[in-house]
Amino acid sequence: MATKILVVAEFRGGKFKKGALECVAEAARRKDELGGGDVVALVIGGDDAKAAAGSLGKHGADRVLTACASWLDYYNGDAYGKAAVAAAKAESAEIVLVAATLDGKDLAPRMAAALDAGYCPDATALSVEGGKLSLTRPLYAGKVYATVALRTPVQIVSLRPNSVPVAASEGADVAASEFDFGFGEGDLKSKVTGVAAKSGDKADLTEAERIVSGGRGLKGPENFVLLEAFADEIGATVGASRAVVDAGWRPHGDQVGQTGKTVSPNLYFAIGISGAIQHLAGMSTSKCIVAVNKDADAPIFKVADYGIVGDLFEVVPRMTEEAKKLKS
Amino acid sequence: MRVFVCVKPVPDTAARIKVGGDGKTIDPSGVKFILGPYDARTVAKALELKGEDGEVVVVSAGMGGKGESAANKRIKDALALGADRGIFIADEAPENRDPLAVAKALATAIQNEGGHDLVLCGRQAMDDQALAVGPMLATLLDLPCVTDAVSLEVSDGKAVVQRAAEGRVETIEVTLPALITGQRDLADERYPKLKDILKAKKKSVATFDFAWPAPAYEVVSLAPPPDPVAGKIVGEGPDAVPELLKLLQDEAKALTF
Ligand SMILES: Cc1cc2nc3c(=O)[nH]c(=O)nc-3n(C[C@H](O)[C@H](O)[C@H](O)COP(=O)(O)OP(=O)(O)OC[C@H]3O[C@@H](n4cnc5c(N)ncnc54)[C@H](O)[C@@H]3O)c2cc1C
Ligand SMILES: Nc1ncnc2c1ncn2[C@@H]1O[C@H](COP(=O)(O)O)[C@@H](O)[C@H]1O
Repeated sequence: MATKILVVAEFRGGKFKKGALECVAEAARRKDELGGGDVVALVIGGDDAKAAAGSLGKHGADRVLTACASWLDYYNGDAYGKAAVAAAKAESAEIVLVAATLDGKDLAPRMAAALDAGYCPDATALSVEGGKLSLTRPLYAGKVYATVALRTPVQIVSLRPNSVPVAASEGADVAASEFDFGFGEGDLKSKVTGVAAKSGDKADLTEAERIVSGGRGLKGPENFVLLEAFADEIGATVGASRAVVDAGWRPHGDQVGQTGKTVSPNLYFAIGISGAIQHLAGMSTSKCIVAVNKDADAPIFKVADYGIVGDLFEVVPRMTEEAKKLKS
Repeated sequence: MRVFVCVKPVPDTAARIKVGGDGKTIDPSGVKFILGPYDARTVAKALELKGEDGEVVVVSAGMGGKGESAANKRIKDALALGADRGIFIADEAPENRDPLAVAKALATAIQNEGGHDLVLCGRQAMDDQALAVGPMLATLLDLPCVTDAVSLEVSDGKAVVQRAAEGRVETIEVTLPALITGQRDLADERYPKLKDILKAKKKSVATFDFAWPAPAYEVVSLAPPPDPVAGKIVGEGPDAVPELLKLLQDEAKALTF
């Protein structure tokens, strides 16, 4: 029997999230091991999402469903949850994949409860053994790694962004078909009434491929311009340690760590960050970690792939300068 | 207002976590359990909101043999902060239940109480960081749900919630009853005084018996994280920068221009 895989593909700010493309690609890669069958992508959103839906065919979707309406333009967990559950039921989905972004982690557990499905949150690896899913997931803030099996007929996984590759977009667009999710705006008990967006076009921290984070070593909020200048050169998003967030130097949303965001970029710079266990908890799955710290004994050097011992006020401007040279 | 607050005992964030002898659970020896930083904030928020003749009820599920005491103690922590009474859902399982089972237990216990205006959970528990129990519980109780709340105001049967979403802050209105999961900045942390701790000892904690379902989710094995490979100190000071960027491009293949 072919396993039915549904990917709920997140569309935000005019495009699909990278995590969504990763989930579609991973589903396409695994479908044969899981017994074959179609990879169905579900797109929930407004009119622009609907227009872009067919492009998921390029990344591995065999079919695309759209649950789109102008009032769904913006994420609302209650609405998106209901629509996704209706689609999973209509498709008799057995496996549901969602990117473990903030909204994905809001959506997936709602689906799990409604579908009585086992749910593995924030998996960093997925494999198939004997036709069954096997998931890897960090627990206790990365202090141990669990291998997880799900024991229910319907199984839901959220995949940590940057954990699996996106497929080269060599497939073709597919025709998207409209899915009638069967409720309207008036049926909801919640409504998004306002959104204050952060300015700029930087990738969100949890999805960014490159992150430059600063800590107390920066001495004050005004010095973060040094990090921003370097981040601009390499197309990175700026993050922070809790010490600087607590001091009010950076907004809460920038905090990386056990009580902040979990990130897994290809390249993570820890600048003037000591490497406390709670900070490491949020970034230790990064592919390549670079530390700049004046203290050669700072714990961050124990996890860093590359380090420079030195004064960040000298090192970072030089990094910006050299990056500029390499770019031109 | 009648507010239910769900709390979970979690290891102190600085705790050393070792894999236990069975290879599936952690070795609890030497691990200090605390009321998680998010749960402490939701308790504080509930107290702020409950009003004159309101009630704040703390609910905690399970945690197996060692857990009975851990969960009960965390309920007491919340009672010391000012909550009115507690409900403890007993669990014989020696390990953490999966979030769906926990959500089912909490839903059953809360429904058994006959009415709620607001249910609060932390955005995440510090041990499994599932961010799952809140939205699951809301779905089971058929409540509107907002996660990651940084502020919450209640009036006229409605809640106005600010949600810290990715790169933006949303304002969401929900009708009550509702379930909200809290970020750290939802409320200021409270610190109990000795007399509050003594008072908490006299508050009621009822035990609720729940027929736990078969697990939907199973930890097959636990392993320590991959050893960090000792990195390379490229050099000292700004003169090491060109070499660093070269390594990032050629060796790590983590940087292209
Ligand atoms: C419950 C709990 C949860 C927590 N959650 C988090 C979390 O989510 N995220 C998080 O980050 N922390 C968290 N923490 C805090 C954590 O324990 C550390 O206190 C924090 O990470 C330290 O931040 P820091 O590295 O910026 O500051 P510090 O530890 O003060 O380190 C500053 C570093 O900068 C270096 N430095 C100073 N000047 C220079 C210079 N001129 N050039 C180069 N280097 C310099 C110093 O050598 C030092 O290593 C948590 C703590 C607790 C108790
Ligand atoms: N065993 C439990 N008992 C009571 N509440 C829980 C339990 N597990 C999780 N919760 C609640 O759900 C929140 C999120 O937990 P989690 O989904 O495990 O990250 C916690 O902050 C608690 O409010």
